[in-house]
Amino acid sequence: MAYSEKVLDHYENPRNVGSFDKSDEHVGTGMVGAPACGDVMKLQIKVNEAGVIEDACFKTYGCGSAIASSSLVTEWVKGKSIEEALAIKNSQIAEELALPPVKIHCSVLAEDAIRAAVDDYRKKQAGGEEQ
Amino acid sequence: MEDALKLPIYMDYSATTPVDPRVVEAMIPWLGERFGNPASRSHAYGWEASEAVERARAEVAALVGADARELIWTSGATDSDNLAIKGAAHFHQSRGKHLITVKTEHKAVLDTMRELERQGFDVTYLDVQENGLLDVDAFAAAIRPDTILASVMLVNNEIGVIQPIETLGRICREKNVVFHVDAAQAAGKVDIHLAALPVDLMSLSAHKIYGPKGIGALYVRRKPRARIEAQMHGGGHERGLRSGTLPTHQIVGMGEAFRIAREEMAAENARILALRNRLLSGLQNGMEHIYVNGDLEARVAHNLNVSFAYVEGESLMMAVKDIALSSGSACTSASLEPSYVLRALGRSDELAHSSIRFSIGRFTTAEEVDYVVRVFREKIARLREMSPLWEMVQEGVDLASVQWSAH
Repeated sequence: MAYSEKVLDHYENPRNVGSFDKSDEHVGTGMVGAPACGDVMKLQIKVNEAGVIEDACFKTYGCGSAIASSSLVTEWVKGKSIEEALAIKNSQIAEELALPPVKIHCSVLAEDAIRAAVDDYRKKQAGGEEQ
Repeated sequence: MEDALKLPIYMDYSATTPVDPRVVEAMIPWLGERFGNPASRSHAYGWEASEAVERARAEVAALVGADARELIWTSGATDSDNLAIKGAAHFHQSRGKHLITVKTEHKAVLDTMRELERQGFDVTYLDVQENGLLDVDAFAAAIRPDTILASVMLVNNEIGVIQPIETLGRICREKNVVFHVDAAQAAGKVDIHLAALPVDLMSLSAHKIYGPKGIGALYVRRKPRARIEAQMHGGGHERGLRSGTLPTHQIVGMGEAFRIAREEMAAENARILALRNRLLSGLQNGMEHIYVNGDLEARVAHNLNVSFAYVEGESLMMAVKDIALSSGSACTSASLEPSYVLRALGRSDELAHSSIRFSIGRFTTAEEVDYVVRVFREKIARLREMSPLWEMVQEGVDLASVQWSAH
């Protein structure tokens, strides 16, 4: 499998690897994929009072393209509002990383991870307001 | 000395081997001035080529304890498997249409069986045990009155386990079932003495044992005679069983490779086993959650197949790009399915995705093994730091209890 330079760069120097405290109310955690399928992505976003994603991090079990997709997404969502982050499409990720057709599912997973992280954050916020 | 190492390091000898320089030397004259067609009976060019072909046939026969007259040249093990299986099935189909094989066989056997199913044959694909070995009782129980052929590989290409073919062959003899053995990964690695083995047909390859690609042989027993129908028709070469002009240089190369294997196999296996033990203990020391796939005792010396849990195989292969290896990860296969061999052992998909096959050989050095161990320790640690599964395991989460989102 030949990788694009961008995939190799993200794979060799992944951006924002790490974890935030899952219980922090400003943190949204999205975990998507399954070990049996060969990909699991965990994306976390930290959202400030203004609704802007001020930090993001990831951990990924998966192929080089899965690692690169999640690394790229952490860079892209930083500084964006939640709505702007949700507007990121898998096709943009695939295009940026020049993913071959068999690796498109990696970009789909990264898009799903953004949604899952935002859902988790919103659930927490809704829960907080009710209390 | 690490800076003396030539990169990338080759640890994929089960995929193919370099041609031994002595073999190259032996082949060259047969490409140049000694170019005759071995089938030319009317002049010296043909005579000398024919003599070279017969000398090579004797060398191949000597390594596997066969009579030279029992060997037919083919283009390789895939060709031999097709000829043996289709040839025997077609010849014996009036007697029955049931065939038996094993789920961990090479695709050259499995896909040939699939083709015979399309032609109306009925095939049983046997499971293996957790260690990769066939259950002999299950094999015996699978034989029916209409069973005509069984095909079991001697050494598995992915996990290197050695099947008990002598026992299986005896069962076949009793039940009058033709027994084919794919020995592509076995010749020159384990002792084979066909004169005393109850095997009717055996596939051999040159390029797995330091010979050239594109040449192989099929052993066809003379007493009791194994009967097959030709699959390739033409000039009637090889007693009509496999037509096509004999590639003298390839054949000479295979003969020389088999001669070297016969003379050096015992010493070479001991050296390679020591290297494999060094590799395994190096990986096991200082790394947790690594699992050897396949039985470690009934196994060829040069193969080590390991799953590194919580790290995906393809990303690991990217991390160790200075080392030439194979992985059972789906991402490294065209089908996007993880290794069917590891799944047949009952390994979880996850461990199949995390597997690496190391296969070492004639030109592997202790320095290379030490380098590989060092790189693996470093890269596994890095990838596990990046792995959400590893993080969960460290937190005490049982991964089996997690509801994963399917995709």
